[in-house]
Amino acid sequence: MTEANLSLPLGAGLQEEKKAKAGSSAFVRVAKYTGVRILSLSITVLIGLYLTIIIANMGGYVDVIRRAQIREDVMQRMANNPALRIMDPEVKRAKIDEIIAIQEQRYGMDRPFITRSATYLTNAVTLDLGYALKMNSNSGSKSVRNILLERLPPTLLLFASSDIILFFLALFFALVLSRQYGSISDKILITLTPLSSAPGWFYGIFLILIFASVFKILPFGGMVDAPPPPSLILYIVSLFKHMILPVLAMTLSQIFLQVFSWRTFFLIYSSEDYVDMAKAKGLTSREIERKYILRPTLPTIITSFALLLIVTWTGAPILETIFNWPGLGRTLFQAVGFFDTPVIIGETVIYSYLLALTVFLLDFIYALVDPRVKIGGEKSGT
Amino acid sequence: MRSIINGFRELIQYPSAVVGLVMVLGLVTISIYTIITIPYSQAIRLWRSGEDQWYRNPKYAMPVWTNWFRAQKLPETIAINADEHPEYKIIETNANGSSSINFEFPFEYNFDTFPDELTIFFTSSFKEKAPFVAVSLITPDERQIRLMNFSITTKGSYRISQDKNLEKKLGGKPPQQSLFTVPKSDPAQVLKGKYLLQIEGATFEPGSDINAEFVAYGQLSGWAGTDHLRRDLMIALLWGTPVALAFGLLAAVGTSLTQMIIAATSTWFGGWIDQLIQRVTEINLVLPFLPILIMIGVFYSRSIFVILGAVIILSIFGAGIKTYRAVFMQTKESPYIEAARAYGASNTRIIFSYMIPRIIPMLIPQFIVLIPSFVFLEASLAVLGLGDPTLPTWGKIIDDARANGALFQGWYYWVLEPSALLMITGLAFSMLGFALDRVFNPRLRSQ
Repeated sequence: MTEANLSLPLGAGLQEEKKAKAGSSAFVRVAKYTGVRILSLSITVLIGLYLTIIIANMGGYVDVIRRAQIREDVMQRMANNPALRIMDPEVKRAKIDEIIAIQEQRYGMDRPFITRSATYLTNAVTLDLGYALKMNSNSGSKSVRNILLERLPPTLLLFASSDIILFFLALFFALVLSRQYGSISDKILITLTPLSSAPGWFYGIFLILIFASVFKILPFGGMVDAPPPPSLILYIVSLFKHMILPVLAMTLSQIFLQVFSWRTFFLIYSSEDYVDMAKAKGLTSREIERKYILRPTLPTIITSFALLLIVTWTGAPILETIFNWPGLGRTLFQAVGFFDTPVIIGETVIYSYLLALTVFLLDFIYALVDPRVKIGGEKSGT
Repeated sequence: MRSIINGFRELIQYPSAVVGLVMVLGLVTISIYTIITIPYSQAIRLWRSGEDQWYRNPKYAMPVWTNWFRAQKLPETIAINADEHPEYKIIETNANGSSSINFEFPFEYNFDTFPDELTIFFTSSFKEKAPFVAVSLITPDERQIRLMNFSITTKGSYRISQDKNLEKKLGGKPPQQSLFTVPKSDPAQVLKGKYLLQIEGATFEPGSDINAEFVAYGQLSGWAGTDHLRRDLMIALLWGTPVALAFGLLAAVGTSLTQMIIAATSTWFGGWIDQLIQRVTEINLVLPFLPILIMIGVFYSRSIFVILGAVIILSIFGAGIKTYRAVFMQTKESPYIEAARAYGASNTRIIFSYMIPRIIPMLIPQFIVLIPSFVFLEASLAVLGLGDPTLPTWGKIIDDARANGALFQGWYYWVLEPSALLMITGLAFSMLGFALDRVFNPRLRSQ
């Protein structure tokens, strides 16, 4: 990893001497920075999860549901027991109440919320999210953890691929347009920027209308054809076909603004003195771009990309619902329909994890590309 | 004041700003018009009342103006009520108290396709013996087709298009088609001209009365079309405008003001307060915004005000703080702040009177660009089925359309109308915002 870092070209000539000094300790610094970030993010996630639990529990709503669930379970068990059917109703009722009281105590319902919330928090951290009321996973499990873990890969696949495509496309176009400042394509981009005010699902509706309803060349939604193709290659082809529209929708909704803002960054940085100096030295424009424009702007670009990722995560439930994508987002939508509280809370928990992981991943990349972290000069500005 | 006028003069040099401004003004005009002509209570009543209010509208009907672009004209709804046309009702009373009440409803049918449904609604008053009616249709080529004979209750309807016996009698095609076909034409052609619907009624008691209304549902209705509950979409489209604008505006004002105050406080005091606010911002970044909103919507209330409050509270420590903080950091070091400190101005005075006014110009464009994102957020929640249960909004139309498979069935108008309005709102505010940004922040303009 360290070698990879060092092989990356480091900024302007000034930093060349520092590089030699930094050498061996760069790895330590990156590791230390990463460690500190992991620690602070873990604390952040803990606080975030606790807030989620408090919101979910405000007004004791979750407790009411849990109590009702316990009562329902006990009644069901009593009704199914033939030995109890001939019991005197009075005695039976007393016995039911007794069992309910024991069950509630077992689940810790008699303790005050503060102590209980600690249990809830540990449960949430370990993803021990209880059992769904109505939904179940494809394998038939009622455990919320199983349901969510089963839906996680499709979501990750969709969002990772569209985010990667978005990043490189936006970077490419931003570089191209910053070279042609004031040209017609640049003006077209500026005119198109307001299109980014609409979220991905909104473009999704139009894309479905055009490509699925009218031209009938791409599927309306879902992840693979039904029934799924037997061979792996056909499966991948079908998956790819189903991914085109959602990825396109997400890209369309974000790319114009992203290209616009990055182009502006590049323009600001390309008017720096050291860029003029590089031009005077007679370097090729490709080299100038890579070493003197892209390099110093990369940390800023990654930070802005992190914020963009958070926005796309937020839009996920609706985009997946519109495209019938069997991921976490659509599960959340279904859970709302079923009023399946444990699943809704579990979804919120897993989304906090995903957001934290996204932030961490980008922090790590930031540490790799930001010379300030490696050289250990000025502390980075996060 | 002068600078505002100059700013405005500069603004109208950008064509995108002018277009944006015109669209915003248009939306505001629609909002005001809507609130005045369809008061809130009336809109709610119309939107939430079922078939009683809307029984005269066809289901899934396209807007009327689509006929302008069509060679084959689709039919509009024809509704004839005997109350509105007393001349169509002929009463003959007999000596024994019984009477014969005949209705003759003439109507012209000059469209190229068949009607969607045919229904006759009856009301009658009687004590013991229910009145009896015989319904028949006389076509332009003078054929008389007997439809049905039956006795009627106090309130009832005869749905001609669902009459299976009639369908069999007419040759297996739905009655609304075979009744209006040129005989022996293939493919079936519409027989245009004057039709006459005859209802021969007989009552058997003194004082007993019948009333009838004939509706031939078309495939077009109103300027906006109708949905699965026969409701006129116009009401939701119109009322969606003030709701969307108000929600976007209030949420944008609420979040940007609070964020700005927090950012100013954070930079001015520095030290541990700044650190704390920075950490809280980071926690807020990891909080899943939409799932929490969904949780609130499911567990507590779907009222638009509760959701608005939650949106503002969740955005107080949003990412905007970082942007504002960067600007305040520069402002804090300006000589005029130092001067204020030297004469002993209080912290609140410096924050509210010197620091915040300084970044207002920067705030305005950002604030305007923020509005559409909240408008879309409200629509997003409605699409998830968490919209305010009483209010008709754009998002709700999209949700209804999606739930009823509008895209699969080809009812594109149902999705396109609210989407177009959402898009116009989004474009209007962001075009205006981006232009304002270039006027107020000249640093960017030079690039």
